[in-house]
Amino acid sequence: RQACSASGSAARKCDLKAKDGVVAEIEKKITEAFKVFDHEGNETVDVREIGSIVRSLGCFPTEAELHELLAKVEEEEPTGYVHLEKFLPVMTKVLLDRSYRPIPEDVLLHAFEALDENKSGYITKEELVKHMTEEGEPFTEEEMEEMLSSALDPETNAVHYRNYISLMVVDETDDLPQ
Amino acid sequence: MECTISTMGCNASAHYSKHKYNETAIKATVLIQRWYRCKRAQLEVRRRYSLTIFQSIEYADEQEQTQLSNFFTFMLEHCVHRGEVARTSTGSDVSPGTDSYVIKYEKIDVPDSYRGPRLSFPLDISHAKTLLNALKDRQLLHARYVLQLLCETRRVLKEKPNITHVSVSYFKEITICGDLHGNLDDLLLVFHKNGLPSENNPYVFNGDFVDRGKNSMEILIILFVFLLIYPNDFHLNRGNHEDYILNMKYGFAKEVLKKYKDHGKTILHHLQDIFSWLPLATIVNNKVLIVHGGISDTTDLDSLNLLERNKLKTLMKTRKLETDKKNQEEHSELTEKERKQVLDILWSDPNKQHGCTPNQRRGGGCYFGPDTTDQLLKRYNLKMLIRSHEFKPDGYDLTHNGKVITIFSASNYYEAGSNRGAYIRMNPDLVPHFIQYQVCACTDKKKNWERVKTIEQSALQNLQERIFVHKRKLMDTFAKCDCKNTGRISISDWAAVMESVLQLKLPWRMLRSRLVKTDPDGKVDYMSCFCYMDTARPMHQVQPTLVETLCKYRRDLQMIFNVLDEDRSGLISPNEFRKMWKIFSSYLGIHSHDEAVDKLAQSIDFNKDGNIDFSEFLEAFHVVHQLENKAA
Repeated sequence: RQACSASGSAARKCDLKAKDGVVAEIEKKITEAFKVFDHEGNETVDVREIGSIVRSLGCFPTEAELHELLAKVEEEEPTGYVHLEKFLPVMTKVLLDRSYRPIPEDVLLHAFEALDENKSGYITKEELVKHMTEEGEPFTEEEMEEMLSSALDPETNAVHYRNYISLMVVDETDDLPQ
Repeated sequence: MECTISTMGCNASAHYSKHKYNETAIKATVLIQRWYRCKRAQLEVRRRYSLTIFQSIEYADEQEQTQLSNFFTFMLEHCVHRGEVARTSTGSDVSPGTDSYVIKYEKIDVPDSYRGPRLSFPLDISHAKTLLNALKDRQLLHARYVLQLLCETRRVLKEKPNITHVSVSYFKEITICGDLHGNLDDLLLVFHKNGLPSENNPYVFNGDFVDRGKNSMEILIILFVFLLIYPNDFHLNRGNHEDYILNMKYGFAKEVLKKYKDHGKTILHHLQDIFSWLPLATIVNNKVLIVHGGISDTTDLDSLNLLERNKLKTLMKTRKLETDKKNQEEHSELTEKERKQVLDILWSDPNKQHGCTPNQRRGGGCYFGPDTTDQLLKRYNLKMLIRSHEFKPDGYDLTHNGKVITIFSASNYYEAGSNRGAYIRMNPDLVPHFIQYQVCACTDKKKNWERVKTIEQSALQNLQERIFVHKRKLMDTFAKCDCKNTGRISISDWAAVMESVLQLKLPWRMLRSRLVKTDPDGKVDYMSCFCYMDTARPMHQVQPTLVETLCKYRRDLQMIFNVLDEDRSGLISPNEFRKMWKIFSSYLGIHSHDEAVDKLAQSIDFNKDGNIDFSEFLEAFHVVHQLENKAA
């Protein structure tokens, strides 16, 4: 792209071309993620899977934001299914605009610290369950159980969040094409 | 901390002045929830794509298998001994009318030292119970009893029509099980949960009893024993794996030869015939059709009912041999049309698109759409179709508006924790009730995180093995995208090459970070996907294409060799090796010079007498991860 900055119009043209390439690649990426959930192979997925698809593409929306997005991709008469055709442009825009940005590790750490009133470095199981299932966008029982299963230190029955975060952050560094 | 926020959350403002602290806490909570849900979704995606990898490779393998079947039959019938095996394949000792088929077991002695279960005929339920306990304890049934059981089973199966009609009542509900694939624990669990078979507890087992799992033989023994005790209330449908050609590759033949050193070959030989006598379909109360695979737009139950099913020893296309052609008038085989009838019900899969198209992924049968289902159900006044044949993460699946049900009874099919198994219970209302289960403690929620990682790792290893055996072709194709010879190509090119060379439709962009290194500017370092793999014994001096071919067909060659190795010495002479290799490479269309083959033979450890330990030789071509190799 650097080579293109010589003359104005050529640069714009080249930029456009590069942008097309980026869009094409993003679309392919979305289509792939979508197809992982498209069991029938007919370019539709269950509406309940949309959250997983969006999140697997490296987006971190809130439940509320997810509902907004769902409203855009669902058929006028909801069938319980979402078509790739409708999902693709909406999701492409989300990725291009970089909405629902990932949560940096330090911000996440601060969040845990905010729940750790005594600054003890851990949150007890009871406290965590109370926060996660009664506040904000509450977890379902299943979500809560699963989080506890990976987060809880069985010996102290508490979440030592620094450890937990570093454990969870390691292998996920998926990047968008620049 | 007292927190009175409603469970809907988000309306923190009402409490703002009262609890300033709460606002931060709620923000923090929402953030953690947001983060965790994302992590959870990413894990779910990894689980899904791992299953997709397993399944894609499985189907691609099946497709290659159909292509290789010519080679198998050729080797079996021509290469070394033309006795036993060859005769069966042409079906010459099974002529209609005068049934001279004999299974000899009387002369096999059971030594006094034998501590395993014993059978005496006619069998009753107490025999079955003793046998179940013995097999549960991993005891082996003596070959004499196995052969006697096969003899009796054949007699019963022969009397069955191609399509079995059964009726259920409120006092007699029916249970339908799908693929078991040698997972004995699943069968035992089904009996444990659902009760042993009896006159009042009828069962249908819908094919694919054998292959893949470690206990196919035990499963067959149990199923056949119950068939003999309750011939009218215990039903078996043939699956696509009840086929001796498939058994060569997918483990059943190997299992039998290993468990029955002296009589394994005889057992396999008779099973070829017995499998061909398995009924093809079951119909419940005239309303529910049960077949292993599915249907096609030409499926015709009347002609399926009429054909001589035992003439179809294998559904794989086999080459007509000269001797067969001569015998053809006497022992006419099924017509191509009849073969297709059976192929379609044993190999097909449903899909959403209308119509009926060849099943490209599996290389046999077809994909049938909802219209095909509707037409068939209407024509025969049926309510639904129950089939198996396809892996389902939950053990069952409904499609075509609930009219097509898939039932799959092998839990942990690909890997511990990969899936649940299920069976169907049905009363005269003909509404299916699904019962799910999973052998072992893998259902434990606690392990979900580790479990997905294990499944993923195993799937990726499978995939990498496939990448390795296509190394040459991949490298050549990558190089074509890399005109400037930088060793780097775009993600888009990389994904396209992987898909076309490996013939696998996978989410390559997602898998990329697991398979190759990517530069900061988003270019893929394409050679990096080979760097962790090699053969168990590095073979740098041997022509690379030969190494790849051997890796790819290692299991096939092993199987052929097991069958050919009459005296079970495990040794092959260099000349035999050359001969076998020549036939093999001509079938695959590989050009390898004699010189190259000799080099290959030389690279192997020779015994003092110049023979090659063939099994050891093939083991050298096991693709391993170098880390794993070093650890070993």
